[in-house]
Amino acid sequence: MNLGNLIKVAINALKRNKMRSFLTMLGIIIGVASVITMLAIGQGSRKSIQDQIASMGSNMLFVMPGNMRMGGVQQGSSGSQRLTVGDVNAVRTECDAVIAVSPEVRSSGQAVYGNSNWPTTIYGGGEEYLEIKSWKVVSGRNITDSEAKGSAKVCLVGRTVADELFGEGVDPTGETVRFKNIPFKIIGVLGEKGQNSFGQDQDDVLIAPYTTVQKRILAQTHIQSIQMSARSAEESALAQTQVEEVLRRTHKLREDEDNDFMIRTQEELSTTMTSVTEILTILLGAIAGISLLVGGIGIMNIMYVSVTERTREIGLRMSIGGRGVDILLQFLIESILLSVFGGLIGILLGFGASAIVEALTSWPISVMWGSVILAFAVCTVIGVFFGWYPARRASSLDPIDALRFE
Amino acid sequence: MKAIIDIKSLKKDYHVGEVTVHALRGVDLEIRQGEFVAIMGASGSGKSTMLNIIGCLDRPTEGTYLLDGVDVASMSKNESAMIRNLKIGFVFQSYNLLSRTSALENVELPLMYNPIIKARERRERAIAALEAVGLADRMGHMPNQLSGGQQQRVAIARSLVNDPVVILADEATGNLDTRTSYEIMALFQELNLKGKTIVFVTHEPDIARCMTRSVVFRDGHIIREDEISNRLYAAEMIKALPVEEE
Repeated sequence: MNLGNLIKVAINALKRNKMRSFLTMLGIIIGVASVITMLAIGQGSRKSIQDQIASMGSNMLFVMPGNMRMGGVQQGSSGSQRLTVGDVNAVRTECDAVIAVSPEVRSSGQAVYGNSNWPTTIYGGGEEYLEIKSWKVVSGRNITDSEAKGSAKVCLVGRTVADELFGEGVDPTGETVRFKNIPFKIIGVLGEKGQNSFGQDQDDVLIAPYTTVQKRILAQTHIQSIQMSARSAEESALAQTQVEEVLRRTHKLREDEDNDFMIRTQEELSTTMTSVTEILTILLGAIAGISLLVGGIGIMNIMYVSVTERTREIGLRMSIGGRGVDILLQFLIESILLSVFGGLIGILLGFGASAIVEALTSWPISVMWGSVILAFAVCTVIGVFFGWYPARRASSLDPIDALRFE
Repeated sequence: MKAIIDIKSLKKDYHVGEVTVHALRGVDLEIRQGEFVAIMGASGSGKSTMLNIIGCLDRPTEGTYLLDGVDVASMSKNESAMIRNLKIGFVFQSYNLLSRTSALENVELPLMYNPIIKARERRERAIAALEAVGLADRMGHMPNQLSGGQQQRVAIARSLVNDPVVILADEATGNLDTRTSYEIMALFQELNLKGKTIVFVTHEPDIARCMTRSVVFRDGHIIREDEISNRLYAAEMIKALPVEEE
C-alpha cells in the first residue's frame, strides 16, 4: 500500500474511535504543552534576571575595599580607606580593557525641598559614572568633568526622589534641593530603572560630583568603590586581571600579600543569579518530560488494545494481499499520527499557557523555538518507539489464526 | 479447460507441542477453470487446512501445488501475499467487513494493496463489482446498515474486485437463513455461469448440490469425488420456498 493510502487508512481508523484517540493524545498534549511552558517560564525568569542585571550597568566591574590586616588583626572591609582617586587615575591610564572608570562615594541622608523631605542616598561619581551604571538622562544634562573635579554643588535626581519632593511627574530641573544642609542645583533627571533583582528601588538616588560628596558631605579623601566598564562582556575577565595588577602595584602589595580589595564583575553576578534559574528550568523540564513519557506509554497501551481488537481486520487485510510490512506501517503510522497531532495541539497549548503566564507575572516569557522543535521531534520518536512493538505484533500475526480470532 | 488448481500428493503436518498432527496425508486435487467445487467433510477432516493451502495462507509440508500454472508451494510470505492479492478472492462465513467503513470502501480494499492500480480505477472497479452483486444502491452504506445477506454480497463483491482466478468461499452461507443462503448461492451460480472458478467449503448437502462437483474429505484424505448429476438451481429453489409472512 502506498504512503498516501496508509495515512488515509490510519486517519480513518483514528476517526472511528474519536474519543479514545483524543484521550490517548491528551497524554502527549499535556506533556508537550508542559515541556514548552516550563522551558518558556525558565527562560523567561532567566531573561528577567539578566535584564535586571544589565540595568545595573554595562559590562560593569567594580572594586570594593577588601579585608586587610593591621598588625595581624583582621579588619572588616567597610572601614578600609585604601581606595583613592589616584587608583582611579591609574586604572584609567593603564588598563586598556577598561573603557570607562569612575570613583564612587555615597552617603545616606535626608533630601529637602521647601516643606517636603525624603530619605535617600547620594552617590558621588565622575563624568563617566552614568555611562557605567547605564543611567539615562531624560531631562537636563550630565555632570561635566570640571564640575566633577571642582566639587560643584550640582546633582541629578532619580525619578523616585523627584516624585517625592516635587510631585508625580514634575520636571525639577533648575530647582535647588538640600542634602545635609548643602544646596544642590538640579541639572538633570535620571531615566527610570525600577527595582533591581534584590527588590531595591534603583530610582531612589541623587547623583552628584564625587568631589562634592567627598569634601562637603563626608569630609574624607578616600573613595568607597571604583566603578568601571569593560570594553565588552568577553573582555571583562581581562579587565579584571589588568585592574588587579594595577591596584596591587599602587597599593604596594608584596608578592605574598593578599589583595586588600575585591574585584567583582557583572558577569559573575549574572552567572550566579542565572545558575539558580537554570537548575529550576532543568527541574521543571524534567518533570514535564516525564509526563511526556507517560503520554507515550499511553499510546503504546492503546495501540496494543487496538491491535488485539482488530485482529480479525488484520487477518482480513493479510488474506486480501496485505504484507507484514503493510500492516506494520499501518499501525506505526497510526501511533505516529496520534503523537504528532497531540504534539501539534500541545505546542499550541504551550504557546497559550506561556502567554497566560506572561500576562500574570509580567516576566518576559519567550517560547524557545528550540523547545518547540525538540518537543515535535520527541513526539515523532515517541510515536515510532511506542508504536513499534504493537505494530510489530500486528504484522507478525498468522493470518489464519487472526481470521479465526473471536 | 486448463487446470487452475493442480495439487499433487500434498501433505500438511502441524506440530502441537510434542504431538504431530497430520492434517493432510497425501491429497491429489485438480480444479479446472469454470468449475464450482464443493469441499465437504466433518470438522477435523482437513478441509479447512486444504482451503488455507489453496488460498496461499498456509504452506504444505510436502507435495506440489500449482496455482494458475505457478508453483506457490514454496513462496515467501510476501510473495504469497502478492499471489493472494492478484489471483484469489476470499469469502468468509462471518463476512469480515471493516466496521464503520462504507460498502464501497470495503470492496476497494484489496485493490489498495496493489500499487499498480490508481485511485480512480480502484473506485470504478469497486462500483462495477458492487453492481455485479446487485448492491448498486447500497454503496455508501456501512456494514451495520446492511442485512446479513447484503453484507455477504459486499464480501463477494470484494472477492471479485481483483478479478481473481479462483474464489474461495469458507462456509459462506453458514450464518444465513435458508432463503438468504439460496439467494447467495444463486449469485455464486450466476458468477460461475460467467466463467468464475469457485471452491466452496460447506457441510450442507443441498448447498453442495448447487455446484458442479463435490470433494469429500475424511482424516486428511479425499474419500469421494463426484460430478453432481442432478444439479440444483438456487433461483428455482427460492421459488419453491413457502412465501414469507410479513
